[in-house]
Parts: sequence; structure tokens; C-alpha cells
Amino acid sequence: MCGIVGILVRDPALEGEIGQYFSTMLEEMTARGPDSAGLAIYDRGVAADATRYSLRTDNPHANWDAVKSEVEAATGASASIEINGHVAFLTTSAPVAAVHAALAASGEQIIVVGEGHAMSLIKDVGLPGDICDRYDVSKVTGYMALGHTRMATESAVTIDGAHPFSPRPDLALVHNGSFSNHATIRRQLADAGINCITENDTEVCAQYIGWRMAEGDTLEDAMRHVLKEFDGFFTLVVSTQNAFSVVRDAFACKPMVVAETDQYVAVASEYHALAGLPGIENARVFEPQPEEIHTWTV
Amino acid sequence: MTATTESITLDVHEMGVTEVNRALRALPDGSSATLTQIRGAHNLAVGLTNKIHITVEGSTGYYLGGLCDGPDITVNGSPGPGLGENLMSGTIRVNGNSSSAAGATAHGGLIIVSGDVSSRAAISFKGGTLAVAGDCGHMSAFMAQAGTLLIGGNAGESLGDSLYEAVVYVGGKVRSLGADARTEDLTEADVAKIRDLVEKSGFDHINPENVTKVASAKQLYNFDALKNQRY
Repeated sequence: MCGIVGILVRDPALEGEIGQYFSTMLEEMTARGPDSAGLAIYDRGVAADATRYSLRTDNPHANWDAVKSEVEAATGASASIEINGHVAFLTTSAPVAAVHAALAASGEQIIVVGEGHAMSLIKDVGLPGDICDRYDVSKVTGYMALGHTRMATESAVTIDGAHPFSPRPDLALVHNGSFSNHATIRRQLADAGINCITENDTEVCAQYIGWRMAEGDTLEDAMRHVLKEFDGFFTLVVSTQNAFSVVRDAFACKPMVVAETDQYVAVASEYHALAGLPGIENARVFEPQPEEIHTWTV
Repeated sequence: MTATTESITLDVHEMGVTEVNRALRALPDGSSATLTQIRGAHNLAVGLTNKIHITVEGSTGYYLGGLCDGPDITVNGSPGPGLGENLMSGTIRVNGNSSSAAGATAHGGLIIVSGDVSSRAAISFKGGTLAVAGDCGHMSAFMAQAGTLLIGGNAGESLGDSLYEAVVYVGGKVRSLGADARTEDLTEADVAKIRDLVEKSGFDHINPENVTKVASAKQLYNFDALKNQRY
């Protein structure tokens, strides 16, 4: 069991309140996933030529200002850093490879959990409500948010094992279910030069989608390949800078409810996560059918 | 001594599910209760044996009315998965849609849904009745042992897979039949049963003489309880 929530705002007036609605949605999914939680928030705050890196480290005393200075010194470009709990968001227009090299050289054992022009990615272990408090999720702003509450089955409860997984810029994937052939696909990916950093089955699916899209697939094409290649139970939600997609496996045992209004499109594993949204009583509420891919664009 | 009947309103959000269910259980037969501020709560009105009427004003979570053996329930909203699971008796009338596994394992009672139902409706039915005005999702009536599923609209994939003695009637199209399910001609008894259900549900768009009957082909099961004693 795991919980999924997501919201794409259509009414710009809601962008300032997205954190308030989204944190409630995430907390409502506590019973489905009490061991870890994660979220990807999308906003328009990054300059067109810049990239924002969502960073974490296991060192609670990491000197993020020093990391910023090291990146600036190594790349010759200015950077800004915003620290939030155990994560930091570094924004710079320096070349991506140079930033990665500088972060790897920093000595802080930094893990880049995600990067892109719009996405900020946070994940942690603990109760979803505690994580929302720790990172002030109720105050975030943006046009889209995707979240996950985890009840681990296929791999250990670790921060790296929490969802979302982000295999490419601005892409986040969350999963409810379990894949039974992830070891096989992990080996196939390794042969293609793509290595997963965890033992987690969902990471394999995320890396697979990232690989398909790098090979030229659209998001929906990549999702169709998942339906063909992956065995197991899954409801997946994948977000990119401009869209989010939902798909369920052929049996559709893992739940998903969609609510659509003129103001937003929201998804959740269970309806009560949507019950606090404005105008929910008049929303078009439905469950995606098996193997149907639904995509909404920003 | 006969207890006086009551008519109460319960705020689910304020009271919490456990207290609401406790209050419902305490009501004397003939009483009525209205549940408000539902907000998708799970496990409402489960395991009740008193003959009361409950009106649910809003959409619920899992297992609404599950295990009940007594009350009649009206839902003005859409229940989540497992509506009336293992229902023993009584009527649940939904003015809305229902999620997956509506009526799962129901032994008796009548569930009426004015909209659509999702996948696995009437799964493992053991004698219940489910009447749906609209469509039903995939794998409906899976392994249904006894009872009746009436679908006014279309049925999804693999209808009636591994059916036992339960019977399915479909007013619209059947996307595909499951293993060991087959269509059969309607008998007079079938038509009478459907007519009765159409009357009870008010689904007069269903023509009792023009539905597709799906029943077990009986190639997959037998209940030969003595087979291990023969030698």
C-alpha cells in the first residue's frame, strides 16, 4: 500500500494556496503510507537559462553556503542556495555537467534528488504530517504538485527509497503497487548504461521511463512501454514541467480517483484526500480505467 | 417494552467514524439518522443489525454499509470501494456512482446504484442483489457464487469470469466474457426476476425482455463434496 496525491492548478489564483491544499492531501494519505513521504512542486520561479538542483545529504550539519561557494568557484557562474530542513535548492545557470562535478567534489556526500527549470523535490522518512511540518509544505506555491506516502514493501525505508523518483530534469514519478520483474529490467537498464542507486522497484520504472524518453519517446509512449514491459501491480503518476499522466495496470487493483474542475485537476489514491478541495462537490470525479493513459497539460 | 424511535443527525467530521457507528448501533428499530460532513470517510455504518434508516449526505470512502444485517441506507453521493461488502440484508440505494468491488461477497440484501459502478462489482457474490442503472467495470461478478447482478448499461471486460450459480443480466453491451461465462436465453423466471428488480430500482430504461443473460458454462467447477471419499 502507498498513497498518491497530485494537483495541477488551472486557476492562477490557486497557485498561492497550493501548499495549503496539497499538505492536507498528503496528510490524508498517512494510513496508506506512514513510513516516508515525498513531493515534487513545480513553480515558475527559475529564470529560463537557469537550473534548480534539489539536494540532500546525510550530514545534518552540512555547510550549504560553502557548497554554494564551491559551485560558484568551480563553474565561474553565480548561484543561489535556499535551505529547507534537510534539503537545499541550488539555482545557477552554470552548465549542468560542471555543477554535478562541483557537487561531487564538495566532500559533503551530496545527492542530487532532482533538477530542472520548474521542479523542487523533497523526500524524507517519517510521518507525512511531520514531513509537511519539517519543510513548511503548507506554504509552498506553484502550479503543480505531486506527492507520495510510502508503506515500503520491496526495499528498505530510506530517504533514497522514498518517492518521487526523478530520472531526468523536471520529471517526477510516484508509484502505488509493486513490480515483480524489476530485477530483470534493472539488468537491462544496466546493460544500456543506466544504473539505479537503490534496490527500489519504483526507481527501476522511473529510470526506464527516463531512458525511453532519452531515446525519443513522448511521456505517453514511455508509459505505453511500461504497460508492455513491466509485470506487477501499479498505479503510476508521472509529472513533467508541462503535464502529468496517470496509468493503471491491466487489473487496476491499485486505486486512483481523479477530480476535475475549471480550477484544477487533482488525483488521489482515496477520495478523502480530495474532499477538502474547493468546489469538490461539483467536480467531475472518475476512476481511470485499466491501461488507459490520462494526461493533463499545464 | 418498546423503545421510542429517534431521528438524529450526525456530523461525521466532528464525531469521527467510531462514534458515529456507535451512535447508529444504539438507535432503536424504526429510527432514522442523517450523516453529514462525510468527507470520504471509510467504514461508515458497518456491522449494524438494527432496522433503521440512514441517509448519507455525501461521498464516502471504503466499505460503506459493509456487513450490515438490518438497516436501509440511502447515499446522496458516491461511495468508495467495497460498498455493502458482505451485506447480509437490507437495502442500500446510491444516488451517484460506486467505486470498485460494490457488494463484494454479499450474502443478501439489495444494492441499487443510479449511476455507474467500477471494476469487480458483485465479486464473489454469495446471494446478494446489485442493480446498476449505468455501466459496470471489468471483472464484474468474478467468482460470484449466488445472487443477481443487473446492469442497465454496458459491462466491462471479463464479465462473469469463473461464475458459479450467480446470474448477470446486461441491458447494454458486454465488452467481453470471462472464462467459463456464457450467454443464455432468458427464461420466464428470469424476466419475472428482472421485472421485479426494475420495479424496485425504478430503472425503467431496462426492458426485462431485452437483456443479455450471462451465466456459468459450468466447465470449470463442481461441488462434488464426496469425490475424495470414493475409491
